[in-house]
Amino acid sequence: MLLIPCPWCGPRDETEFHYGGQAHVAYPEDPDALDDAAWAEYLFMRDNLRGPFAERWSHSGGCRRWFNAVRDTVSHEMLAVYRMGEPRPEIP
Amino acid sequence: MTAIPATSRRLPTGGRIDRSSPIGFSFDGNDYSGFRGDTLASALLANGVRVVGRSIYRGRPRGIVAAGAEEPNALVEVTWPGGASDPMLRATQVELVEGLRARPLRGVGRLVAGGEAAGGANGEAAVFDKRHAHCDVLVVGGGPAGLGAALAAGRTGARVILVDEGPELGGTLLAMPDDGGDRIAGGPAMAWASGVVGQLRALPEVRILTRATAVGHFDHNYVLVSERRGVADGRLWHVRAREVVLATGAHERPIAFADNDRPGIMLAGAVRTYVGRFAVRPGQRAVVFTTNDSGIACAGELAEAGVEVATVVDARMDVAVVGTAGEPTLTGVTIMAIDADGRPTGHPRDVECDLLAVAGGWNPAVHLYSQARGTLRYDERLACFVPGATVRGVQTAGACHGTFGLAEGIAEGLAAGAAAARAAGFGDGKAPRAPSVDTPLLPADPDVAPGSIAPLWLVPAPDPDAEGSTHFVDLERDATVADLSRAVGAGLRSMEHVKRFTTVGTASDQGKTSGVLGSAIAASLMGRPVGEAGLTTYRPPYVPVSFALLAGRDRGELHDPVRTTAIHPWHVARGAVFEDVGQWKRARYYPLPGESMEESVLRECAAARHGVAVMDASTLGKIDLQGPDAGEFLNRVYTNAFAKLPVGSCRYGVMCRPDGMVFDDGVTSRLAEDRFLMTTTTGNAAPVLDHLEEWLQTEWPTLRVRTTSVTEQWATIAVVGPRSRDVLRALAPDLALAPEDFPFMTWRGAEVAGLRARVFRISFSGELAYEINVPTWHGLAMWEAVIEAGAPSGITPYGTETMHVLRAEKGYPIVGQETDGTVTPQDLGMDWIVSKTKGDFIGRRSHRRPDTGRPDRKQLVGLLPLEPDDLLPEGAQLVDDPDGPLPMRMVGHVTSSYRSAAVGRTFALGLVRRGRERVGEVVHAPLVDRTIAATIAPSVLYDPDNLRRDGDG
Repeated sequence: MLLIPCPWCGPRDETEFHYGGQAHVAYPEDPDALDDAAWAEYLFMRDNLRGPFAERWSHSGGCRRWFNAVRDTVSHEMLAVYRMGEPRPEIP
Repeated sequence: MTAIPATSRRLPTGGRIDRSSPIGFSFDGNDYSGFRGDTLASALLANGVRVVGRSIYRGRPRGIVAAGAEEPNALVEVTWPGGASDPMLRATQVELVEGLRARPLRGVGRLVAGGEAAGGANGEAAVFDKRHAHCDVLVVGGGPAGLGAALAAGRTGARVILVDEGPELGGTLLAMPDDGGDRIAGGPAMAWASGVVGQLRALPEVRILTRATAVGHFDHNYVLVSERRGVADGRLWHVRAREVVLATGAHERPIAFADNDRPGIMLAGAVRTYVGRFAVRPGQRAVVFTTNDSGIACAGELAEAGVEVATVVDARMDVAVVGTAGEPTLTGVTIMAIDADGRPTGHPRDVECDLLAVAGGWNPAVHLYSQARGTLRYDERLACFVPGATVRGVQTAGACHGTFGLAEGIAEGLAAGAAAARAAGFGDGKAPRAPSVDTPLLPADPDVAPGSIAPLWLVPAPDPDAEGSTHFVDLERDATVADLSRAVGAGLRSMEHVKRFTTVGTASDQGKTSGVLGSAIAASLMGRPVGEAGLTTYRPPYVPVSFALLAGRDRGELHDPVRTTAIHPWHVARGAVFEDVGQWKRARYYPLPGESMEESVLRECAAARHGVAVMDASTLGKIDLQGPDAGEFLNRVYTNAFAKLPVGSCRYGVMCRPDGMVFDDGVTSRLAEDRFLMTTTTGNAAPVLDHLEEWLQTEWPTLRVRTTSVTEQWATIAVVGPRSRDVLRALAPDLALAPEDFPFMTWRGAEVAGLRARVFRISFSGELAYEINVPTWHGLAMWEAVIEAGAPSGITPYGTETMHVLRAEKGYPIVGQETDGTVTPQDLGMDWIVSKTKGDFIGRRSHRRPDTGRPDRKQLVGLLPLEPDDLLPEGAQLVDDPDGPLPMRMVGHVTSSYRSAAVGRTFALGLVRRGRERVGEVVHAPLVDRTIAATIAPSVLYDPDNLRRDGDG
């Protein structure tokens, strides 16, 4: 079970969280401006990386706040957490 | 069973048993006696019981092989004093208690009936608990390395948990004789260990758990520890550690030679444990077969204990045991020289013995290390797999690390403990000074390098045509070298495949003695180096864990929370039949004496359609939305407009996901300019709140809106039917009830039955209806007031079954019943609720996708069976031609199906391709024993023009 450092509550067990998929996939500014292929890309297509991956988590069993995290999908190491709207930090 | 004189089997002195505390027990129906400090296995050996069971498939007699968790043979069913029982334990791990009754397991196993199976230990009677613990350093294993690690870490002030599977700390030191064994810091080894334990107990931040086995090592140092507490009692510890030191020791491995499974053939380390720790002579005349120094030490300790050592067969001198004799127990072995390829050569020599101690080398117990994603590498010098690359937050020390010397093991433990504490923020990382260790010199042979090992896995039978069908690799699975040969001969190359093909390593011991041996032999059969071929994956649990322990107290009523409404006791008293909706208990119907469900539902429906009926709708999800942007927010999450909804009004809304599919529906009311009350489907209350919060926080953080679940805070009572106004009039004389004063889809604050309430004119049945909301605390009182006020009108309580029929007659879909995540509002015939003018909302763009615009999508329709008494089963698939060729093209399916008093027949709702343009056509539902034909109809079968919602006049 992962130990996830909630930016507001500190490190908590994974069971307190909900996974929210890839981060930085913003709702399109103007959906009507997208053709069907581009809209389908937004709806359905996500990266599936090996290594550091920016993803969203919600501390649903705690403060109920959403945040972003960078997790290594191989080692499961949590490399960074940061708030919604903040840019992805550089991972050394 | 071979009769060895009882007096000669137990040593007069030594060991860690209490000779002043005899303990009576029985095995397989016979009474025996042992001592406090014995395990069932040591007591059986002390009583001369050599055959402890038969092998699982071949029925061969088997004896005790090991002294710990790795035992493959001595599986027993134990009945504890007091009657609790465990269906499968290892005799080597069962502490002897007065009155214990054990019997060998027979055959391939069986499921025990009822509560007995619930987890061993007598199901209901047993008490299992969970504990959650955090620490800076978790040390697994209380042998010399683990004691060193715990001491070094504990001295820094770090929070330390030390767990060990045995009842007493010390590990291998427990078997060392006080005289003549290794000496630590100038004294007996156990004196040093006891001293360390004393120091640990004096440290306030150190917790010691004995009889506690770490069974799983998960991500981020989450370790599950199974603790046995007395009889039929235990705890599952969930430990989160910053750092973990694994000092789990090593398992000795057997050697595959012909007939290597006879009772009397034991692992040499186990022999040393039985002699040294339990003061038991496991035989009278022994042969030691060894590949390394530990067999030499074993021979010395046997001789010291008065066991005649007939010979030591040291594979490093190119000799080996090639076969054994004796039925049912060992009577002798055959010894031959082996050539450079390991094949027997020269003349065989037979030696009589009743004990064969086998020292095949040591496998570091890397189970937990591997579970924690540690990689292994094969060490040619040690002839075993040792931890490879480092894992963050995990250290290995002692034999687990491949460090087999006592002095080196203690030093490594001390260093690991200090380093772990440092990494967790305690101390300077410097290891305390290691104690001096004096190891007695072994008799040295000039031809053998001290400390060396012969990497011997397999001794082929002298007959080159022998298949190896009695060369046992996995004793618990009865799997042999012949099985491995077949697997390799069949072309298998992956060890994972070989394991599954042969079952080697798949038994309840999870291959502790057989896994590495099997992989090494398979590798050699493939002609590959052992290290390159590798091992199979180690998976938790390290030892079997009962379901009862995993469940703890989360069983029965505590398995999953049960949610009940404020009015629940009334439903119970009235004899309601309940159904589970999520975690809620909801009244399904209220049968009168002798009434069937069908009769109850028809009666309840009739009351709602022609008189007045009442339902507890408290489980409806309720979300309070507040803030100046709440209206704008609702505009974006619902497909229809809410921003301009007047205060005091209610509106039905549908929510979609971004892909355009229906997610939830419900009525939302405006309580104030900046405040709305949203209702959701009962089962969807939490997901809807999650959905709202996600969009508010991640996409629209500038919207000033707060959302709060108030499901539990309000009781909701739906008063339904043409006579409902009479009931409200009696309860709320000050509330203007005329349709023009209190129109459909509005709400009023009012005093009802003397209580402050919100009354909503919402209808899920098509009839005139009022939903009375009061704080949960007043729910039951309000319900009873409604029942009393409605008595003159014959008010009838109704449940979810009737609710379903009433709404289906009106063609109202239920999210999750008519929808399944692939249904758009348009599919439901609800184009009218999808705004074309208000701007963007979640799902809007997807309604223009080619897929959602396909003309042949499934659409919601009514279905009328041609025989008005036939009831279509929900879930039935629909086809056009039931006599057509297979596979038939399915054109739809049934989503809801009921008998209706109002329509006077059965009816169903379903999703049918192009359904709306096919009204009047017939489709067929082919069932197992017959086919039901039904006519496609509009989805609204009752009062399609909504004439009844203000009452019937």
